[in-house]
Amino acid sequence: MAANDTMTAYQRVQAARNSKRPMGMFYIDHMIDDFIELHGDRRFGDDAAIVSGIGFLNGIPVTVIAMERGDTIEDRMKRHFGCPEPEGYRKALRMMQEAEKFHRPVICFIGSSGAYCGIDAEKRGQGLAIAENLFAMMGLRTPIISVVVGEGGSGGALALGVCDTAVMLENAVYSVISPEGCASILWKDASKAADAAEHLRLTSYDLKSFDVIEKIIPEQGKTEREICSALKKYLLSEITRLQAMPVSEMLDARYGKFRKIGAYQK
Amino acid sequence: MGILDNILGGFSKSPADMPPRVCKACGMEIPYDEYLKNDCICPGCGVYLRMRAYERLSMIADEGSFTEIDKKLKTKDPIKFPDYAQKIDKAEKSSGLTEAVITGTAKIEGHSCGLFIMDSAFMMGSMGTVVGEKITRIFEKATAQGLPVIGFITSGGARMQEGIFSLMQMAKVSGAVQRHSEAGLLYIAVLTDPTTGGITASFAMLGDIIIAEPKALIGFAGQRVIEQTTGEKLPAGFQRAEFQLEHGFVDMIEERGRMRYTLGKLLSLHNTDAAAAAGKER
Repeated sequence: MAANDTMTAYQRVQAARNSKRPMGMFYIDHMIDDFIELHGDRRFGDDAAIVSGIGFLNGIPVTVIAMERGDTIEDRMKRHFGCPEPEGYRKALRMMQEAEKFHRPVICFIGSSGAYCGIDAEKRGQGLAIAENLFAMMGLRTPIISVVVGEGGSGGALALGVCDTAVMLENAVYSVISPEGCASILWKDASKAADAAEHLRLTSYDLKSFDVIEKIIPEQGKTEREICSALKKYLLSEITRLQAMPVSEMLDARYGKFRKIGAYQK
Repeated sequence: MGILDNILGGFSKSPADMPPRVCKACGMEIPYDEYLKNDCICPGCGVYLRMRAYERLSMIADEGSFTEIDKKLKTKDPIKFPDYAQKIDKAEKSSGLTEAVITGTAKIEGHSCGLFIMDSAFMMGSMGTVVGEKITRIFEKATAQGLPVIGFITSGGARMQEGIFSLMQMAKVSGAVQRHSEAGLLYIAVLTDPTTGGITASFAMLGDIIIAEPKALIGFAGQRVIEQTTGEKLPAGFQRAEFQLEHGFVDMIEERGRMRYTLGKLLSLHNTDAAAAAGKER
């Protein structure tokens, strides 16, 4: 596997954001058979920034929830560039609860600069929508695997990121704040984003070294087909492992995985 | 004098010897003992000034009932972020606290509870690994002992100087809240000015009961960020407690002077002492 120093952190941020980089629906198209998309949060609306449904992963029924920013400019406007509104998170939660009822594993694909930021999103409880997902996912009695395929932007990404197994593609990033946001707050200068990206430790290699994620899927020198095939193989092995565990044990391990993240001294 | 010793970095001063507070809204200079007696509300203009954690404690908890835990927990600067260690030192000196939250067990109107009180004087109440760990531990302790948890929340959000570690605290604390809830125990979140970002997107919004202080700023996205990204003009009172009540996201707005009484009544209505007694027997 290529080392962390083949690209700078900011180059990886740019790779993760590249407009040609495959997002959620690409992985559905290339890994899931007989996918049936299911729409809407049954509360207020249907958010196109999150695509969800059911299909087969190598013959195993799975629920897939994927952030998607779209291809054409019209499509991107419709999906507000992949930034989910509260309805997107509520749709995701509804899909997860349906998966739980039928003991079906959940696979989440994360790739978004963050939760949609706007007056209406606030009026409809953007903070609550994310909080409810974190809470519910911690107790969801079916396996959850989260795969960061693009930019994992803060709480809006974490809302699909509470899981038994966290995976990142090699050039994906995952951060508490965008490098630009960090640079403008700290140094009042968004052009120092490249410095901020280094300091934030947001690459897949950083997160693996912190034990925040379990697996990196290599991209360097790989075709999209090879990446999909490696990811699919890993997902299948994790689903098999998780489905063999008693549910209470799986939930303890899920909580334990997040419980141990911290660095403090007495 | 007790817990007030801690308000200004453990200086042993009686309220009469403390420097006066200046109202940020009208500029009025308020003698400290009067300020405290008035629940840290400006007697001139009625503005709710931001309370320090130990001031809040003295207003809420039964005298002498608070047992603080994890007071010495300190960050290890997990991503060695530039200038962060110095910022922590500075925040410790200026706030007299070791972190942005104090946690422990206490009694409110005779009812035992787990208690956490955040303090915006320490790096804007932001959550890094220590804040996340302390709040997680008080929820775990309360779960083991059958206690309700009362949380006074004020925070600008996740602390960016601890990077992904801060973000993951949102999941960690939410997990501890979930386990506490699963055990059938009560969590009351009291949202005070300001409650924003990743805190709103995690434990602030997870209370069985959510109380807000009048006019407190409560929201996910920052106001300037919304204006800059969308170009929209924010409506009057946007993201204030009254706005959140109108939109259905908080149960009630309560005045400071009635907060202790209301919390006592809510604890009593949930019969929390019975679960606590059972917890003790276990």
